[in-house]
Amino acid sequence: MTTGRILAALITAATVVLIAVATLWPVHSAVAMAGSGASLLSSSSTPQAAVESLAGEIGRQEWEKAYSSLANKSEFTEPEFVRDLTGNYPSIRTYATLDSSDLRPLHATADEAQIQLKLRWSTVVGTFLDTRTLQVVRTDDRWAVSWPIVKEPRVPPQVIPVNYLRWDVIYRGPADDWGAQDVEAPHVRIVDMHPVDRADGVVLMGELLNEDVVPAFVTVKATLLAKDGSAIASEDSFDKISHVLLPKQVTPFLIAFHDVALSQVDSVHMDPAATLIAASADPVIEIEDQHLNPAPGASFTGKLINQSGQIVSVAHVLGTFYDKNGQLVWVADQYVDRALLPEIPVSFAMSIPADIASKVSSERAITATYSSGRFQ
Amino acid sequence: MKRRFTFFLGVVILAVMPMALAQSGGLGLPKAVEAGSAFSIRTSGSGRAVLYIVGPGQVLRRSVQLGEPELFAPGDLHNAGHYLAVLVSGASTENGAFDVTAAQQPSTLSFLAKPSRVAVDSHDGISGVVYVFDTFQNLVLAPAQVSFQLSGVAGAAQTRTVMSHNGVAWTKMNSAAKEGSGQFVTQVGSATGTRVIQQVPGEPCGLRISARPSGQRLAVQTDPVRDCSGNVVPDGTIVTFTETYEGGESTVDAPLKQGVARAEMPAYNGAKISVATGVVLGNEIRWGRE
Repeated sequence: MTTGRILAALITAATVVLIAVATLWPVHSAVAMAGSGASLLSSSSTPQAAVESLAGEIGRQEWEKAYSSLANKSEFTEPEFVRDLTGNYPSIRTYATLDSSDLRPLHATADEAQIQLKLRWSTVVGTFLDTRTLQVVRTDDRWAVSWPIVKEPRVPPQVIPVNYLRWDVIYRGPADDWGAQDVEAPHVRIVDMHPVDRADGVVLMGELLNEDVVPAFVTVKATLLAKDGSAIASEDSFDKISHVLLPKQVTPFLIAFHDVALSQVDSVHMDPAATLIAASADPVIEIEDQHLNPAPGASFTGKLINQSGQIVSVAHVLGTFYDKNGQLVWVADQYVDRALLPEIPVSFAMSIPADIASKVSSERAITATYSSGRFQ
Repeated sequence: MKRRFTFFLGVVILAVMPMALAQSGGLGLPKAVEAGSAFSIRTSGSGRAVLYIVGPGQVLRRSVQLGEPELFAPGDLHNAGHYLAVLVSGASTENGAFDVTAAQQPSTLSFLAKPSRVAVDSHDGISGVVYVFDTFQNLVLAPAQVSFQLSGVAGAAQTRTVMSHNGVAWTKMNSAAKEGSGQFVTQVGSATGTRVIQQVPGEPCGLRISARPSGQRLAVQTDPVRDCSGNVVPDGTIVTFTETYEGGESTVDAPLKQGVARAEMPAYNGAKISVATGVVLGNEIRWGRE
């Protein structure tokens, strides 16, 4: 009985201590995401506190409060500030929420400081990082952030004629007789496949060709088989593939099997599937200035240019990397967080593992696009 | 519900069969009846009895006068299969069995033609399978002559004639050299079936591009893209333009529109521009000076 009371007292005391510690020295991201509690802690008494406070307001989408705290708000309007963070047109940014933020002081004097702010946004296709270098200036006894506004270009009102090309499909109906024809599924073929042993498991990479004259919605499923024929694991390519393939288009795919060693695998059963879908041949996206940047921090960069008149809400870039013998060595991808406006370049960058980067000799990039209100 | 009743009735009749066997002998059954045709069953003796006919998916119950033939009108029995006849008169039961066969005259065909879309010049690329049925959807097991004909937009039609075996006949055909919709027709007697086979161009052949300045950029386009038989490759086919220059690369995936793919690319002196579609490579051109 006495032991129980002592234990209860210890737990109560520990709880009080932990609450006190968390209140006095909170985690930055927790402060940023906290509601009213954050305002008690936020302060503009130091450059870091001013940036932390701004990040918290951005995270809570308190746009008015965030805008009013800026030192350079005379340079842009509040809607322009909001559009800088959420995008002018529907895009991944529009539906993103701030997951966390980090700041790194770069330089400081008595009246001015430079701080790097990393905003990690959470979206349905993963997270993306928005890094801004902020000037923080002192006014009287307060510090205020000078926001480096990035004004997204706007497309002037105009008519862009497009020779529109689209496939529509009429499938077999329920009233058709048994044996009546249905539309044929597209013919697709795996033209390359290569397993790689990585630290976190086996990765299967390859390329899939739509060899038909109709558009296809494709998926690739793979099953690793042991020597006794039993299935070790089964996975599909999920979003490491361009699911809509127009005629004669080739997509890379990557399937990751975590916690499996290649030595366990005797054979692989590949199961590509294709379904005939209605699709459009537009928009046409140019991938310009593609560069392979060597290690350290190896990456593949470039710019997307929308050559059509249609605004692209989401662009997914898939990079296929080959060694000097033309052997596929890696597949990487990246979603572009801003909408693609006609003829306005938007940069992308995808990282390549350091050990792979040294082997890469050439690359190929494709884009898959999604326009708000219309598929492909 | 009806099937359950049929099954139940069949079970009851089979249960009483051993007892009936001991008293049978007066039931005159035909050996075989063509589905849908009229027939009669003779009975002997005198008085009234009940005649049950039990078959696949069908049960008939008739009150009969013993000693007189019981007539069945055309269409009374229409499902092919093995039938059981049971005559119940008071405590005695007589039974027998007979077969109902499919009608001799084919009436409908189930025609499976695969694929519905095939590349031109494909040897044995099209298959056709026919199931022959009579008016009552019974599979006609007797051999029947089945003809297949594939006619395209040009050239002579291909014709094959095969005998059906156990109600099924099949063949293989080559696709035509010219693209277009082919009519794949099968015929058995007066019954016909038609399927449309879309014969589409094959892989592009002799893919070529040209480039010209367009403001500060280059306008690149293909010549009209055709397959090796001269068919125009369908619009929407993706053509990849790749430009490599000092330290960089640009690519555009452009669809064929009106037989030609077009794109705009940066104009770099000495750049190499190549073209490909699917696994087919085209020519390579060099822009400006090195």
